[in-house]
Amino acid sequence: MIRIGLDVGSTTLKCIALNDNGEILFSKYERHYSRITEKAAEMLSEIAERFENEKENETALSISGSAGMGFAEKMGIPFMQEVYATRLAVKKLLPETDVVIELGGEDAKILFISGAQEVRMNGSCAGGTGAFIDQMATLLNVKPEDMNELSKAHSKIYSIASRCGVFAKSDIQPLLNQGAKKEDLSASIFMAVVNQTIAGLAQGREIEGNIVYLGGPLTFFSELRRSFNEALKTEGICPENSLYFVAYGAAMNDEVKVFDLIGLTEKIRNYSSEGVYQSCEPLFKDEKEYEEFKLRHSLSYPLSGLSESKKAYVGIDSGSTTLKAVAINENEEIVYSEYMSNSGNPVPLVKEFLIKLYEKYPDINIVSAASTGYGEEIIKNAFHLDMGVVETIAHFTAAEKYDPNVDFIIDIGGQDIKCFKIRNKAIDNIFLNEACSSGCGSFLQTFAGALGYNIEEFSQKGIFADKPVDLGSRCTVFMNSSVKQAQKDGAGIENISAGLSISVVKNALYKVIRVVNADSLGKNIVVQGGTFLNDAVLRAFEKEIGRNVTRPAISGLMGAYGAALYGKRRCKGEKSSVLSLAELNNFTHDVKAITCHGCQNHCRLTVNTFDNGRKFIGGNRCEKPLNIKTNEKKLNLFEFKKELLASYKDMKGKDNKPTIGIPMGLNMYELYPFWHTFFTSLGFGIINSGDSTRKIYLKGQHTIPSDTVCYPAKVLHGHIEKLMEENIDAIFYPCMSYNIDEGLGDNHYNCPVVAYYPEVIGANVNTAGNIKFIKDYVGIHRRHDFPKKIHGILCREFGDIKLIDVKNAAFKAYAEYERYMKILRLEGKKYLRYANEKDLPVIVLSGRPYHLDPEINHGIDKLICNEGAVLITEDSISDLVEKFPTTVLNQWTYHSRLYAAAKYIAESGNKRINLVQLVSFGCGVDAITTDEVRGILESRQKIYTQIKIDEITNLGAVKIRLRSLFAATEND
Amino acid sequence: MADEKNRVEFTAEMKKTYKILFPNMLDIHFRILKKVFKSYGYDIELLTDSGREIIDEGLRLVHNDTCYPALCTIGQMINALKSGKYDVNRTALMMTQTGGGCRASNYIFLLRKALKNSGMGNVPVISVNLSGLEKNSGFKITLPMLRRAVATLAYGDMLMLLDNQTKPYEVNKGESRRTVEKWIGKISELFEKKRGISAKEMKTYLGAIVEDFKKIPVNRTPKVKVGIVGEIYVKYSAFANNDLEKFLYEQDCEVMVPGIMQFMLFKVDNRLEDIKLYGGSKMKYNVIKILFDYLTVFESYLIEALEGSDFVKPGTYRHLKKIVKPVIGYGCKMGEGWLLTSEVMELIESGYENIVCAQPFGCLPNHIVGKGMVRKIRTMHPNANIVAIDYDPGATKVNQENRIKLMLSVGKEKLAENKE
Repeated sequence: MIRIGLDVGSTTLKCIALNDNGEILFSKYERHYSRITEKAAEMLSEIAERFENEKENETALSISGSAGMGFAEKMGIPFMQEVYATRLAVKKLLPETDVVIELGGEDAKILFISGAQEVRMNGSCAGGTGAFIDQMATLLNVKPEDMNELSKAHSKIYSIASRCGVFAKSDIQPLLNQGAKKEDLSASIFMAVVNQTIAGLAQGREIEGNIVYLGGPLTFFSELRRSFNEALKTEGICPENSLYFVAYGAAMNDEVKVFDLIGLTEKIRNYSSEGVYQSCEPLFKDEKEYEEFKLRHSLSYPLSGLSESKKAYVGIDSGSTTLKAVAINENEEIVYSEYMSNSGNPVPLVKEFLIKLYEKYPDINIVSAASTGYGEEIIKNAFHLDMGVVETIAHFTAAEKYDPNVDFIIDIGGQDIKCFKIRNKAIDNIFLNEACSSGCGSFLQTFAGALGYNIEEFSQKGIFADKPVDLGSRCTVFMNSSVKQAQKDGAGIENISAGLSISVVKNALYKVIRVVNADSLGKNIVVQGGTFLNDAVLRAFEKEIGRNVTRPAISGLMGAYGAALYGKRRCKGEKSSVLSLAELNNFTHDVKAITCHGCQNHCRLTVNTFDNGRKFIGGNRCEKPLNIKTNEKKLNLFEFKKELLASYKDMKGKDNKPTIGIPMGLNMYELYPFWHTFFTSLGFGIINSGDSTRKIYLKGQHTIPSDTVCYPAKVLHGHIEKLMEENIDAIFYPCMSYNIDEGLGDNHYNCPVVAYYPEVIGANVNTAGNIKFIKDYVGIHRRHDFPKKIHGILCREFGDIKLIDVKNAAFKAYAEYERYMKILRLEGKKYLRYANEKDLPVIVLSGRPYHLDPEINHGIDKLICNEGAVLITEDSISDLVEKFPTTVLNQWTYHSRLYAAAKYIAESGNKRINLVQLVSFGCGVDAITTDEVRGILESRQKIYTQIKIDEITNLGAVKIRLRSLFAATEND
Repeated sequence: MADEKNRVEFTAEMKKTYKILFPNMLDIHFRILKKVFKSYGYDIELLTDSGREIIDEGLRLVHNDTCYPALCTIGQMINALKSGKYDVNRTALMMTQTGGGCRASNYIFLLRKALKNSGMGNVPVISVNLSGLEKNSGFKITLPMLRRAVATLAYGDMLMLLDNQTKPYEVNKGESRRTVEKWIGKISELFEKKRGISAKEMKTYLGAIVEDFKKIPVNRTPKVKVGIVGEIYVKYSAFANNDLEKFLYEQDCEVMVPGIMQFMLFKVDNRLEDIKLYGGSKMKYNVIKILFDYLTVFESYLIEALEGSDFVKPGTYRHLKKIVKPVIGYGCKMGEGWLLTSEVMELIESGYENIVCAQPFGCLPNHIVGKGMVRKIRTMHPNANIVAIDYDPGATKVNQENRIKLMLSVGKEKLAENKE
């Protein structure tokens, strides 16, 4: 009998045929571009032809793989879950194996074979791996296989968020824009995959012994295997046929069903599922409607020439994935423009643009040149432009030119969605997509590529789709599996294409802008950005909001056009300082990456050297690496708080009393003064685990059981590991359902994660050994009961301690905590007064006490101060507000402060005080607080700004947000 | 503090003329519960609609990072109001509110916001809670009503338990379900006659239910036994969990879903534990203790009725609390708290080694008591075969089913090993 195993993965098809002895007669590996049945039928007929003459042979077929489930079921072909199939195959072929690591198109799996058998598969959030590498390759503008070669020549590794492709993208893009080398990035991407796999799947179990690597990425990328070896400190093997283990396992299926191969192949070829999937209305009723639409949104515009004065104004928009550049004449008409994919390095493209411009108009007189976008700074410095302009302002300037009454602008570019409301001719409210829901243009592009089309072809296919797939609004990773599901349900490429265009729009509307009804957007809407050049997306947008919008003919160039206009209106001189043709011809550009060790943020700097002399440093948060000395003291309450906390020094125990270790994370941050005083008053010694670092995080990442919990919780694992290495007697990390009651809310809970994370640590970190791990439930909210209760815990752990001593210590601890909060609040008010006197902008950087940790806030505080603002915190002003009604249940201590701070700011009547909320990715509670804080601020026409942070953050986007905020709140 | 002044109250006047909509969760229980409310003069309708448009409605109106149950239930209610089936000026909504430290306590506020944003801010929302969080002059849970409600949960748990253990093995397809339907009718009828709630009657009827199920002819060929635990709404609601039970049933499994009685006991017991852990008034303790003991009696009726039958009995609350002690503290009370961990352990003890832990994506308590405890449970029960599945508007069925199938493959393998 010939046993055939067919592995239908998310992107590839693998097929294997075995004889009765389990010998491989045939194997084939191919990308299927979603034409699963067609390709499967091809493979099967190849087998049928090959074994045509062995008539006595019966053939059995079994299917495996996530995308094969549907049609296996419908056709009555036995199905085997793919991880299980891998396990069967490994047990048969490589019985010595201890652990299997298998990466597929979109799945990552670890199988523990020896010892207690366990199978792990990435959760639905963890993103793909093969697909992830593909996406990153697209971003680097290289082929995936080139990444392997590039990686070999790397000299350094950047830390890149490994959680999901979208995050990594926002980490890599700024690096690219700063000129980081592709060699280093390739290696860093592989390392990110390794970290992701270990953090997401090991869940506390050591990966050791004989390790086997399977699946496409691990087969094709030797450097990826090397990275795994390095991280696991071992030498894993990638066996022969490493691509076919799933198919092999499926072929070995006990459930044998014999098929007539030729008949079955025909059946598969003609298989079409019933086409039952959630669908939306078609984009266009008929061709006529499309024609009308095209007429309304004509994309042609005349190219003008220079006027007699030969004056021209240049605008350059160096975006995340594309570079746009225009030159306009005195009448503000475009005389020359370029729209290019930036291939990771915008500098040579700008050079090319300028040279072409000079060549086209040899007698041109460039009066001003301005840049905007992610690469604003580097372009400005490289080519001596006259000025830079915040992206949002550039877009507004351009949009106003097209529609003087514009009240809403939405720009969907390659990487980001930017929307802003205009009120009284000023930008009033800005929405940028969070790291999580980006996607947008490059998202469509990636899908098109994965399905074997270019983007234009792909989106055009959707125009007349009869039943566009309803993919909802979600991040790219989810979208992958939604598309998979739709394919399974029989959706064709047309309907998937239209569905994706619709989902881009839905993402923008419901996730980024959080629109409730279309009317609230505005009446005069201008859409722009490269993604809107796509008719399907534009149409989907109009349909979704039920209103026709303006798409300027130069939709893709608006940022550059706006920059040019901005420059024209602001320029002072008669001649721009931009490099001349001669200078351009001699222009050179070198990039070196270094890490600044000026503080814990360890900014990754890229040092760009132009023309062998001029330098530009990118990637810095503060001026330290630039060697600029300023006399002005930065008023940064984050710094003050850190210094204040650092004043609680490590202490040795008196008379052989035990020493306590406290992890600095979550609620322990703010309560450190309390616990420090409490324990030292009892004569105990005390130390803490200090600030988090990337290294500390990595130390504990293998014990994190839930990969979707917030980063502040994740780093705690490392803090505990660090304390375990210290010379201490016990780690004290109590569970606390309740926090101190500050009288601002209906209750005074901690959030569930903060409250019970000690339980997770206790259950997952190996705390066995000489150091005790104390995680009891403690209620400091009940001052009078607390001493009695903690007394019991201490006596249990450390023998007899007098209750009266505990009572005294508790008394002092409460007093010290109050003193600490008071100092903080006095200082905050001092800063406020100072800012008022000097007329400086104030940012109330709001979040949780543990956002003080530089590894968690990524130095955003410094970035804010660097923009010239005074920085205070929500807890330093929350006491200025009395308890007041909120539209949500106000039941968490830390979160009550957010509402109070927002109320204070809203009612301050001071345009210069604004709130920026830090939100940790995955924080469930902030889904509630962000809307409420926004509501409180907007009720008094204040601008709400939110910054999402995780393992990494996109500082480029943060900068744009802050600068737009400052621009909008400047005193007139 | 939450804004009480601007809340639309459900008045005594409204009670006479308004229809009250309530999202479904546990089919059997809620259908009986509806009758209980009816007998007290409330015109209640259970919302059982499902479908993408409901989720979309939820996504439009509720912050997208909010947990899935909020999106489902709020979407369902607003969708119903917009459907034209109800007179919006004579309709109220009802929602449960636990008041714990989990964000679920905020659902009701999110619902009000959603109503306001949809131009239906005048629709009153009734909070069903036992914590005295919000009061309405037209809605009051009286003691007799509470007694009926608790009795409903006991009957409902019993029917669910027996149905789950009979349906996969029944010789005549549909017989178990018919028996369930028969008893839903019968219990509702009893309640209408103000009967079926005394200790004696409860014992009699619970016993009669067991007897009825015993009579159903079964063929008990061993099947993969799967337990479902998780966040309460996602665990029970077929709408939220993509018909998880049905899927498992189609995969030829026997499914066990722990009842809701123990969740009630857990929520009451938390108040006692709070006092034990952090201190509090002795008197308050005693009052709660009386309520706790009162509820425990209902649990004992259920378990006693099963004595002497071959059906797997649910573990008592006391037992659940005992076995979880070495794993997690009793202070862990938000959401499903330690009870979830304990249910996993109890299911394994009772032979349901294969576990689906169903939770909304990003569910905060489940980071702790679900995924957070898996490793520890595994060290105690190496045979435990647990899979955690996240539910959310973007999660696809194919992804979820693939992961469940992986768990089932291992379960099937073990079943085959045991047979040999």
